[in-house]
Amino acid sequence: MPEATAQPDMIDLDLESMAADVVAQAMKAGASDAEAVVQEGDEFSVSVRMGQVETLKESGSRGLGLRVFMGKRSASASTSDLTAEGIRQLVEGAMALAKVTEEDPFTGLPETNEFGSVGGDLHLYYEDVYSLPGAERIEWARRAEAAALAADPRITNSDGGSFDAATGRKVLANSRGFVGGYRTSYAGVSAAPLAVDANGHMQRDGWWSSARRLADLATPESIGQEAARRTLRRLGARRVPTQRVPIVFAPEVARSLIGSVFEAASGDAIWRHASFLAGKLGEQIAASSLTIIDDNIMMLPTGVGGFGTSPFDGEGLPSRRTVVVENGVLRNYLLNTYTARKLGMQSTHNAARGLAGTPGIGCGNLYLEPGTLTPDEIIAAIPAGLYVTSLMGFGVNVVTGDYSRGATGLWIDSGKLTHAVEEITVAGNLAEMLNNVTAIGNDLVFRGSVASPTLRIDGMTIAGA
Amino acid sequence: MTNPTASPVLHHKRYFFEKFGITERLLERCLGEALSAGGDYADLYFESVMATSLGVDEQIVKSASQGTSAGCGIRVLSGERTGYAYTDNLSPERLLHAARTAALIASGPAKQPVQGFIETPSANLYPVPLGGFDLDLAARLELILRADRAARAFDPRIVQVRAGYSEELRRILIAASDGAFASDTQPLCRLNVYVIAKQDAITTRGSAGGGGRAGLEQFTGSKSPEHLAQEAARGAILQLGAVPAPAGEMQVILGPGWPGILLHEAVGHGLEADFNRKKTSAFAGLIGQSVASSKVTVVDNGTMAGRRGSLNVDDEGSSTQETVLIENGILRGYLTDKLSARLTGAANTGSGRRESYQCIPMPRMTNTYMLSGEDAPEDILRSVKRGLYAVNFGGGQVDITNGKFVFSASEAYLIEDGKITAPVRDATLIGNGPEALKYVSKVGNDLKLDEGIGTCGKDGQSVPVGVGMPTIKLDKMTVGGTGK
Repeated sequence: MPEATAQPDMIDLDLESMAADVVAQAMKAGASDAEAVVQEGDEFSVSVRMGQVETLKESGSRGLGLRVFMGKRSASASTSDLTAEGIRQLVEGAMALAKVTEEDPFTGLPETNEFGSVGGDLHLYYEDVYSLPGAERIEWARRAEAAALAADPRITNSDGGSFDAATGRKVLANSRGFVGGYRTSYAGVSAAPLAVDANGHMQRDGWWSSARRLADLATPESIGQEAARRTLRRLGARRVPTQRVPIVFAPEVARSLIGSVFEAASGDAIWRHASFLAGKLGEQIAASSLTIIDDNIMMLPTGVGGFGTSPFDGEGLPSRRTVVVENGVLRNYLLNTYTARKLGMQSTHNAARGLAGTPGIGCGNLYLEPGTLTPDEIIAAIPAGLYVTSLMGFGVNVVTGDYSRGATGLWIDSGKLTHAVEEITVAGNLAEMLNNVTAIGNDLVFRGSVASPTLRIDGMTIAGA
Repeated sequence: MTNPTASPVLHHKRYFFEKFGITERLLERCLGEALSAGGDYADLYFESVMATSLGVDEQIVKSASQGTSAGCGIRVLSGERTGYAYTDNLSPERLLHAARTAALIASGPAKQPVQGFIETPSANLYPVPLGGFDLDLAARLELILRADRAARAFDPRIVQVRAGYSEELRRILIAASDGAFASDTQPLCRLNVYVIAKQDAITTRGSAGGGGRAGLEQFTGSKSPEHLAQEAARGAILQLGAVPAPAGEMQVILGPGWPGILLHEAVGHGLEADFNRKKTSAFAGLIGQSVASSKVTVVDNGTMAGRRGSLNVDDEGSSTQETVLIENGILRGYLTDKLSARLTGAANTGSGRRESYQCIPMPRMTNTYMLSGEDAPEDILRSVKRGLYAVNFGGGQVDITNGKFVFSASEAYLIEDGKITAPVRDATLIGNGPEALKYVSKVGNDLKLDEGIGTCGKDGQSVPVGVGMPTIKLDKMTVGGTGK
């Protein structure tokens, strides 16, 4: 059918012009300032379960967001209707809403001299994520699962293997002259096998690889094998008694702790005093071995842009590297324009902008600088303790710092990993936990935009049997 | 967005036909295209959402936003396989293109969809607001301004108040190759209050919210802005004097209402039929067996008027219903959608839900709650010598394969000699789904449903849900605090 290949107004659309035009329309409608964002994305995913294709999904979508100012009043609107009529309604709706808001002396776009975009190619987009033919994509998902299923006879079931790819484009324009845009790409492969022990107890775990470039993905076989190893080591899990012992957080869970520090250091939490880090700028808030960086322009060792790398932030300010914690001292809050003004400071260019609403605060490549110990050396130094491999629940309160989460992992006995542990919690207070970091691993690897090496924290409580 | 307030909202089916130029002929063509390479079944899911939100912060109406989105998801089922494609452009060319993409899942001779649609009889569980989203914004602003005033007036130690109101109108139309045809217009709104309390060096937070599939008239009584504000403020003030939560196994009493999140995590997810069909759930194969104390009966009910989790039809166009999950402790059934019902031979419980047209439907909960028992709540409290009384919670999570679940208490107290004593700091509770409810030794006569704030996540898809529970006593549960 001829209409299938025509793909009207998807390819030829000049998103920059569209964003600038929306801004111009808003100004014409009476806005004192305006900011538009256009996003476009395509996704493909396939999952294979027990050797058979389970789902196959392929699609694309677009969206447009607008923020308008009328002096110190502001409002926003978003739409998936990018026709002229859709845009007209978007502008009209945003302007009508701005009239019901009240003046906020701190609202507004950044100053004109602040805008900018990091020059040069940040290597965020690779067309090759879509280069695999359809059958080959299915094969990647199948191979990942097959490797997991073949790893051990105790692996008898599976939540499947998957391959997915996506590309996106984001454009930002505002009435102070900024127009910028960039493309991103993503590809991923994963496996999630189930294993059963002699008593019929099931366990599931998984592993994945993701990259901006197909060539940087781990092989499906290595993913399946690692997923199998992680699942098998959960077998025979049991509870341990309530006690206080050193806790070692594996990198894939330690990263969530670094994420909590980011949340607590974010301007929105700070100006509201809704953070245990509020008012602590320049103070020692963590062990002197801790240095946390948010680097939004980082390149991976492969020469590809990091998962959190971008040329500009959600308000059009050039991306940069910010030291959050240096040798345990809180050096910077993470700020967008609004929160910076609330605090009488300068933006750290951490504005995050979705289609809808006002910009929030987001991290780029957020990481804890590695130490010198291998994970094995960290574990070897512990007579009795817990090695945590996964965390459950939402028990992190960044206002009080109270921390209490479900955990699974492996028991450490005389410096060695022994049996699996489950149905316990680990609890403490973030302010104390940061000061009680007693070892940092050398195993920093970016598997996503937030990364941490292995971490040992003392003084936490395990609640169990 | 710009419907004149005077005109009544279009009938949900007519809305798609008139606004997007959809015709029955086009639906049939798309379904024919979707089955052009074979397959057992295909469906089209049209969705149009309009959302508005307003926020007051520091006594200033700082934010107002609206969003509109529309699209269509096309699905083809072939055995256990699902092909899916969606488009946000509802032109016939793009719809047919999406149908052909979804069709790639099958590889056989073309099939013919059933000719002629049969409309699913629709319940009438919620009002459809007149005028769509040209809302009376002043009335909505008044709700959040009232909440702001009430929270500030509660106590001088309340130093920050933020209140938000959000409302959406979701219109759906579903047409399937088996002739099923359904459409619905689903309102949903919610009022939230967040506060920060400060005393000397201690800072705490509190929050409360309420809402449902109903109009502004619902924001009275326990959902009034004043009551929600006072609840948020009370919670924050209480935390100022909280002691560390205890650590370890103990007797736990859960208060009525929102603590029903226990059921959602401990058993609800584990009973979704997709996990059981694939035997990846700890509850797989346990139908007819005891999974809870005989005092426990749990249902999932999508047919409650005005509730946040309720639906006239699910996102596959099937009627929703009340489904008994656990009856007097015995596991009775799973929550199914069309695919799992067909593959397992079970009845379809009308539990097929999805976040949006971009997502593949799955079996999901609606409103999940435990029925009342016979015990008086005061007697239940008196029966505990030392334990925890938890009345409010944040979120929860479950690993459906090993059954372990957590839920985090945001308001809880120590029980000493049958009396409520000190409030405790936030702590996570953890248990094992197929075992936890066997320790339910008392069930109160005070079933209460939550105020309409729940959102459930599964495979990256969020849907609104409700929970409920009477006061219950668990003889054993692990409390994840730091204290003795």
